[in-house]
Amino acid sequence: MALYDTRRRSNAIAMGLCWGAAGFGILFLALILAALLWNGVKGLSPAVFTQMTPAPPGDGGGLANAIAGSVLMTALAVLVGAPIGMLAGTYMAEYGRASALTTIVRFINDILLSAPSIVIGLFVYEVMVAPMGHFSALAGAVSLAVLVIPVVVRTTEDMLLLVPGPLREASAALGLPRSYVIRRVAFRAARAGLITGVLLAIARVSGETAPLLFTALNNQFWSSNFNAPMASLPAVIFQFALSPYKGWQQLAWTGALLITIAVLALSVGARALSAQRTSK
Amino acid sequence: MTAMSAQASGVPANSVTAAPPVDAARRSVKIDVRNVDFYYGQHRALKNISLPLHTNEVTAFIGPSGCGKSTLLRILNRMYDLYPGQRATGEVLLDGENTLRPGLDLNLLRSKVGMVFQKPTPFPMSIYENIAFGIRLYEKPSKSELDGRVEQALRGAALWEEVKDKLSQSGLGLSGGQQQRLCIARTVAIQPEVILFDEPCSALDPISTAKVEELIDELSEKYTIAIVTHNMQQAARVSQYTAFMYLGELIEYGPTNHLFTAPEKKQTQDYITGRFG
Repeated sequence: MALYDTRRRSNAIAMGLCWGAAGFGILFLALILAALLWNGVKGLSPAVFTQMTPAPPGDGGGLANAIAGSVLMTALAVLVGAPIGMLAGTYMAEYGRASALTTIVRFINDILLSAPSIVIGLFVYEVMVAPMGHFSALAGAVSLAVLVIPVVVRTTEDMLLLVPGPLREASAALGLPRSYVIRRVAFRAARAGLITGVLLAIARVSGETAPLLFTALNNQFWSSNFNAPMASLPAVIFQFALSPYKGWQQLAWTGALLITIAVLALSVGARALSAQRTSK
Repeated sequence: MTAMSAQASGVPANSVTAAPPVDAARRSVKIDVRNVDFYYGQHRALKNISLPLHTNEVTAFIGPSGCGKSTLLRILNRMYDLYPGQRATGEVLLDGENTLRPGLDLNLLRSKVGMVFQKPTPFPMSIYENIAFGIRLYEKPSKSELDGRVEQALRGAALWEEVKDKLSQSGLGLSGGQQQRLCIARTVAIQPEVILFDEPCSALDPISTAKVEELIDELSEKYTIAIVTHNMQQAARVSQYTAFMYLGELIEYGPTNHLFTAPEKKQTQDYITGRFG
């Protein structure tokens, strides 16, 4: 019995440590969320969505141009980055499983996945902003696309690898050509996972500030011109939060709250989709 | 067991006097396997296999795990081509044409030589689509023609009555036995000439097994069938010819009733009497 008691004790201790570690992490998350809600909700009003960012000293006004800018640049980034990422991931999981190229691409992709986003911003500054001579929303979208690609490559490959081998064999046994099997069977079987990957990529880039500061810069006015600087929520938050003006600081809190809610919604959506996939 | 023994047509109860293998030569040969060797990389998994598959007959492959019977089956539709490092030498003649030759259109071969796997593998789509999918690749039937073909395939797999009211539901929602019959229907739908079964019942309960066995019996009227099985009673029930394999070699091949009642090799006798394997 002594041995049994010792085991029970060590189990209790290990359990306690796990709970403690989880609680420690969640505590900070909860504190951040609470601070965001506390400070952000105060500034929520229809004006946030309808009015432009105000000039100093920043009373009144809203975030309409920043919200639109973020949505536009993220959309373009996903339109460019997601197909590239999906094609690359498909190659790696379907055609090049045993090839050395896949190993190399996967390695580089993993590096890209964890590369500091400010480096990506500097890179796009060098290859686009400097030659063009001015900041532009296009450059902003490109830098975000570079962030989207590795996330989508990774999830696409992982999700396609989860498609059972026998399903591919069964398709091949019907005499279906390989491209047909991939498009009609493998993609369909992995659909929820592939969409999840894109949603996670959107969540990842929608909060990025550093690459945008070097590329799209910012814009105090409404702009849908991709050849000119464009406002974005993260850049506006960065600028306003560092300012001495109370009105700007309030808008920064509200903007931060909006981004957080959007990312939360995307993550929950991604979760729901993958849960749907596993339950089938 | 009662369900199964009911249609145990091939059981060699008192058939010691059955026809000797001479009779085999007179039947027409659909697939002729000649001196086939198979390699997984450096490992030689099959050694000089030669045997015929007779037209509209069921040929069973038995033997202990790892003896190469599934490997042999996967040569017949060149499934091994999906994997680098696997290769076969020798000849496999399908109606006289060597299917092992390089440059052969594999998709065309596989549309003639269908395969049903150990685990049911319905596609992630509706029951209807599971079957229509393969048909559409080879033909452009009208909607009503397609409906007819789907129904015909499902009837052919003895599944129509069970699914006719839920054709638009996902194929993944069916039971294991129904899924397996859906896979058979899918294979039959594209009108192959040969059907390969790779342990089709090992994931099924006895009642589903009985249904699939009954089906194999019916299918053999139209198709040439090869079946790999771990279950010797099953081989005896469904097949007209049986091949016993051991360690990559074909030990004995002959009419099923002959092989199970009067095996010529000691190894065969030991295996079918349960002394090893």
